[in-house]
Amino acid sequence: MFDLERWQEIFEAIRKNKLRTFLTGLSVASGIFILVILLATGKGIENGVAKQFERDAASRISVWTGVTSQGYKGLNPGRFIQLKNNDFDQTVLKYQDQLEYKSSIYRIWSGMTTYKNENGSYRIEGALPDYQFLENESMTAGRFINNYDQQNIEKVAVIGHKVFTDLFKGNNAIGEYIDISGIKFKVIGVFTDPGGEREEARIMMPLSTSQKVFNAGDNIRNIAFTLQSTGNFNRDVEASNIFTTQLENQLKTRHTIAPTDNRAITVRSNLQETKRFYDLNNMISLFFWGVGICTIIAGVVGVSNFMLIIVKERTKEIGIRKAIGAEPWSIIWMILHESIFITAIAGFLGLIFGLGLLELAGPAIETEFISNPSVDFNIAISTVFILIVAGAIAGFFPAYRAAKIKPIEALNDD
Amino acid sequence: MIEIKSLHKSYKTGSTSLHVLKGIDFSVKQGEMVSIMGSSGSGKSTLLNILGILDEADEGTYTLDGVLIKNLNEKIAARYRNKFLGFIFQSFNLINYKSALDNVAMPLYYQGIKRAERLEKAMHYLEKVGLAEWATHLPNELSGGQKQRVAIARALASDPKVLLADEPTGALDSKTSYEVMELIQNINDEGKTILLVTHEEDIAHMTKRIVHLKDGLIINDSTVKQQRAKTALHV
Repeated sequence: MFDLERWQEIFEAIRKNKLRTFLTGLSVASGIFILVILLATGKGIENGVAKQFERDAASRISVWTGVTSQGYKGLNPGRFIQLKNNDFDQTVLKYQDQLEYKSSIYRIWSGMTTYKNENGSYRIEGALPDYQFLENESMTAGRFINNYDQQNIEKVAVIGHKVFTDLFKGNNAIGEYIDISGIKFKVIGVFTDPGGEREEARIMMPLSTSQKVFNAGDNIRNIAFTLQSTGNFNRDVEASNIFTTQLENQLKTRHTIAPTDNRAITVRSNLQETKRFYDLNNMISLFFWGVGICTIIAGVVGVSNFMLIIVKERTKEIGIRKAIGAEPWSIIWMILHESIFITAIAGFLGLIFGLGLLELAGPAIETEFISNPSVDFNIAISTVFILIVAGAIAGFFPAYRAAKIKPIEALNDD
Repeated sequence: MIEIKSLHKSYKTGSTSLHVLKGIDFSVKQGEMVSIMGSSGSGKSTLLNILGILDEADEGTYTLDGVLIKNLNEKIAARYRNKFLGFIFQSFNLINYKSALDNVAMPLYYQGIKRAERLEKAMHYLEKVGLAEWATHLPNELSGGQKQRVAIARALASDPKVLLADEPTGALDSKTSYEVMELIQNINDEGKTILLVTHEEDIAHMTKRIVHLKDGLIINDSTVKQQRAKTALHV
């Protein structure tokens, strides 16, 4: 491999056969290039879809209510179902062994908020301490609501990052007082949410405080849970399905809703969505891998084809070399060495171009469904090596045959 | 230098077998210049191929410089060709993407000689055939006579025991032929053993001994008075 003399021979052959070298290289480089772009696009779609699901905890089960669509037990349709603290408390009591995080939520869609001269209108949510995990939130400063706040109906607020930048312009917010609907709240924390700006334009306060401040009594808008994970995804999905069915039936009974009424109460599990997402993602990556492998096969076939042509083209040269004393293995190595060298250089060029394009154009592609297209570097490198090895194997047989040809026959070849 | 005893060779083509050499006894001493003549199909090229270790006999023995050439694998055969033999072909057989100098240097590459030394030696032989100024030219920039001179320089480069020339003037006009023959005669004068296949009477008479082949047998083997190519040129 490090025989300088042979390298000189090869470079000479490459220099003198630029077109042949270029064409071989082009087919390999474009193959790798296409593969990199393809895998990156697949990854981008995967990321994009994943982002849609990161907004909340993956296993979150949500309960919300609407208006009855059917009359039941003498009650008219069109009745609004109002969830109460009781609904939450009883459910928690009944399923306390299964539940992981739990919170009921009271919400007003727009609350006028003021800090000094800055103001804005944000979603206000009253919730329990667990809500942080149900919403997949992490604190950038301070803390989230705790049980003490809830019990003592503290006038404290946790603000989203968007609210923080809007009102505080990067200054310290913790301990400051903001004005929501005319009432002063002390800021105790700032959070970020993977769901992005929309989810970060919210202000959270203890449920008890929100019910009091907005005169809600013991009304709640939503309930959210997650179940204890068993560590097995499919079993979790199953448990979640059973739980949602039971909970839905129970709440329907409590609120005198027809069992067939799908409008009045909805219990939905993110896990089902997540499962669908996983299935979709598997399909996507399967598809891209399929196409990618076909591209590699096409690349290998291309390389082998060129190897055949190269050997055919050089039959006479091989005959001459053998007549003046070239040993069979030196012929095989000469051909393989050249092809491996070209494939390697071209493969890495294709890789570099592909990665370069991703680096330049990748950040610009930020649609809802494609995000951060990237490629696993190890996979890309392995692909290049597979292509080189496959090309070498494919080239070995014609090279071996060429080395076996009697020099006298090769010399007569025209 | 060359010893051949009852050499037989036949080629199988499908079901029929063609007996080409039917028992050749032949020897060449160091410094001889021998031409092998015969009509096409007489077996002269087959004989040359066997002598050149490009082909192997079915029966009989072939000794080259005291070494028995029999049942050689490809690797050893290649090594012997490189060490003992220099080839000159009718169609020159130069590698067309290599310069004259690199073509001449190639046998030395297969001897494992370093590049600088290789090129120096190759240049020496190019000078010897009078083409030093053409060293960097590609074969297709040279005339037929020049190409054959490059081929002769290449055959000499590995300093072989025997030069084998297969119709070396077959593709050249008579003036160029004589120039090439003059060069070959000069090489012979320096003591190199030369075997030459030809069907041209005048070329054969420029060697020192003519062997006539017919139907796979030697029918005549006689020494002749060598006609110098130089004098033929100036007639």
